[in-house]
Amino acid sequence: MSVNLTLLLVMGVLFAVGIYLLLERSLTRVLLGLMLLANAANILLLATGGYAGPAPIYDKSIPPQEYNDPLPQAFILTSIVISFAVTAFMLGIIYRSWLLGRVDEIQDDREDRRVAAQDGYDEEEDSVIPVETSDFHAPGQTVSGGDRG
Amino acid sequence: MNVAALVPLPVALPFLGAALAFVLVRHPKAQRRASLATVALTLAVEVLVLALVWNAGPVAVHLGGWAPPFGIAMVADQFSSLLLVVSSAVSLAVLAYAAGQGAADDDARGPVSVFHPTYLLLVAGVSNAFLAGDLFNLYVGFEILLTASYVLMTLGGTASRVRAGTTYVVVSVVSSMLFLVSIAMIYGATGTVTLADLAVKLAALPQGTQNTLHILLLVAFGIKAAVFPLSFWLPDSYPTAPAPVTAVFAGLLTKVGVYAIVRTETLLFPGGHFDTVLMVVALLTMVIGILGAVAQTDIKRMLSFTLVSHIGYMIFGVAVANVLGLAAAIFYIIHHITVQTSLFMVAGLIERRGGTSSLLRLGGLAKMSPLLAVLYFIPAMNLSGIPPFSGFLGKMGLLEAGVAAGTPLAYVLVAGAVLASLLTLLAMARVWSRVFWRSPADAENPEPVLLATAPDSSGDWNMRALRTSKYVDATEGRFAGETEVPILPRMMVYSTLGLVVLGIALTVFAAPLFELSVHAAESMLARTPYITAVLSGGAP
Repeated sequence: MSVNLTLLLVMGVLFAVGIYLLLERSLTRVLLGLMLLANAANILLLATGGYAGPAPIYDKSIPPQEYNDPLPQAFILTSIVISFAVTAFMLGIIYRSWLLGRVDEIQDDREDRRVAAQDGYDEEEDSVIPVETSDFHAPGQTVSGGDRG
Repeated sequence: MNVAALVPLPVALPFLGAALAFVLVRHPKAQRRASLATVALTLAVEVLVLALVWNAGPVAVHLGGWAPPFGIAMVADQFSSLLLVVSSAVSLAVLAYAAGQGAADDDARGPVSVFHPTYLLLVAGVSNAFLAGDLFNLYVGFEILLTASYVLMTLGGTASRVRAGTTYVVVSVVSSMLFLVSIAMIYGATGTVTLADLAVKLAALPQGTQNTLHILLLVAFGIKAAVFPLSFWLPDSYPTAPAPVTAVFAGLLTKVGVYAIVRTETLLFPGGHFDTVLMVVALLTMVIGILGAVAQTDIKRMLSFTLVSHIGYMIFGVAVANVLGLAAAIFYIIHHITVQTSLFMVAGLIERRGGTSSLLRLGGLAKMSPLLAVLYFIPAMNLSGIPPFSGFLGKMGLLEAGVAAGTPLAYVLVAGAVLASLLTLLAMARVWSRVFWRSPADAENPEPVLLATAPDSSGDWNMRALRTSKYVDATEGRFAGETEVPILPRMMVYSTLGLVVLGIALTVFAAPLFELSVHAAESMLARTPYITAVLSGGAP
């Protein structure tokens, strides 16, 4: 199979720029990164079809191997439609995020931060259980653990 | 009876149902009934397909009548039809749960009337992925279910859902991109995307090329299945979605990824070149996932981590790669879909009854709502692998397979699986002792609802709560007069009960189910039944 070097170079550049943008914190740039990645993948698909030939419309005078391979183009069409839908959805999310918080950045998960910051010591599970030597409590002495009735 | 005519129906029916549900957007009651009927009908068709495929072996349908390697094939073998049945049963239960919630809260008037059509599209996507006979159709199936899941994840558009949804969408799109790239490369290398054709042609490629393609596919599917180094997105995004959505995601979406990994390992690249890698990854997924679960103080987040951890068991079974391991993995997938979903449904009920899902604020639910306690206890013990239940049987099968494999790494994995199982029990028992056993006054920061409502002899059924939605002013406008909603709507409880009973049924009928799993595993490892069914060119 022969490949088109220009296509491959463009694909590489698009992948590199796309991944770079994806790692940004700004949502709009992340979206741009995703769009570039989708285009890069589409170009890769196009490249697998080999060199361009005549359109695959049956003609007796053209030998079968001369035709352009139509399958990658069908793949690309599907993938364009899908990435179009996803892009529209992402735009909606970004707009919503802007409406809600006036930020165009990926937010930290609050629960995540809280769990990460929590103490290893847990009152209920880790506290020392006091040894009770008497069934009767001296006045004023608190019963540990409270009434569990 | 022509099986081939039935095979495309599990995809087509939910699509039609989704269209119908869109038409009925203004009639919430009719919409609920239509979507429930659609999923029930789909389930009936799938049971029929399973019954026909059980002995007859794989059946292939070539859409559009193109000859085998060129047309789009849909294939139902024992494995995929078994998963179809279980996934539809679970979808039906969750849909009933969501319908119960929607009927109780009357939220159909709000923006969420899009829930039912989207849910049906999700079901269609899952069915399409299970039935896909070529790699690109598998990709399309993934995209259908993912796009539906983006909408469901961000339903209502609150700040936390938008935040979680962003992470989820970006991670999913990147994994789909990787999948697309691997499809392109596989097509470039072999000139085909039909799975059965690939199974023959990939073996002819040089080993290096094979490994590259194999790794690409495993990474793409590993993100979707939430396998350890690629699993961080899941506990971040799942818990914020509405309860029924989290339940169905937990049951189905990651399992579609596992399904794709199983197909990759058995059909496309049967040599087992990466079994060692998969074993290490399975071990890490099991242990690190469950350590995350133990640290959580929120029920839904804790359950999300156990979900990740138990994906490790399935990968373990796939990596061991003998018949017993694969059969146990199939059995475990079925068990886990049912049990994990019912746990998330119970978590939704707990949140409704107790007003929160935080372990720091809940308490005393065993006394207030004994039924809820039973509904939690059974699947929790099932997930932890306590003897009579199917979780125990599945884990037992995996451990036996690990011992049968006999390598040192397999023994480490066996030990890791036991450890993860014990820690699951710990995490489940923690929830039990905090949410159900202690009195609400003992909670660190008790929820006022729990302190205020004394146990009532009339039970939970008649309990009603004030409408608390921030977006609805109950005193004026079109919501006037609707100030109270039932706390535990019967339909929600019954659907959860139904799924818990299904979990118990998996235990009772474990023997025939395991036999079927062995049957499916043998057929997949033999590979020829699947390949011949597709390539022999059945009737269009």
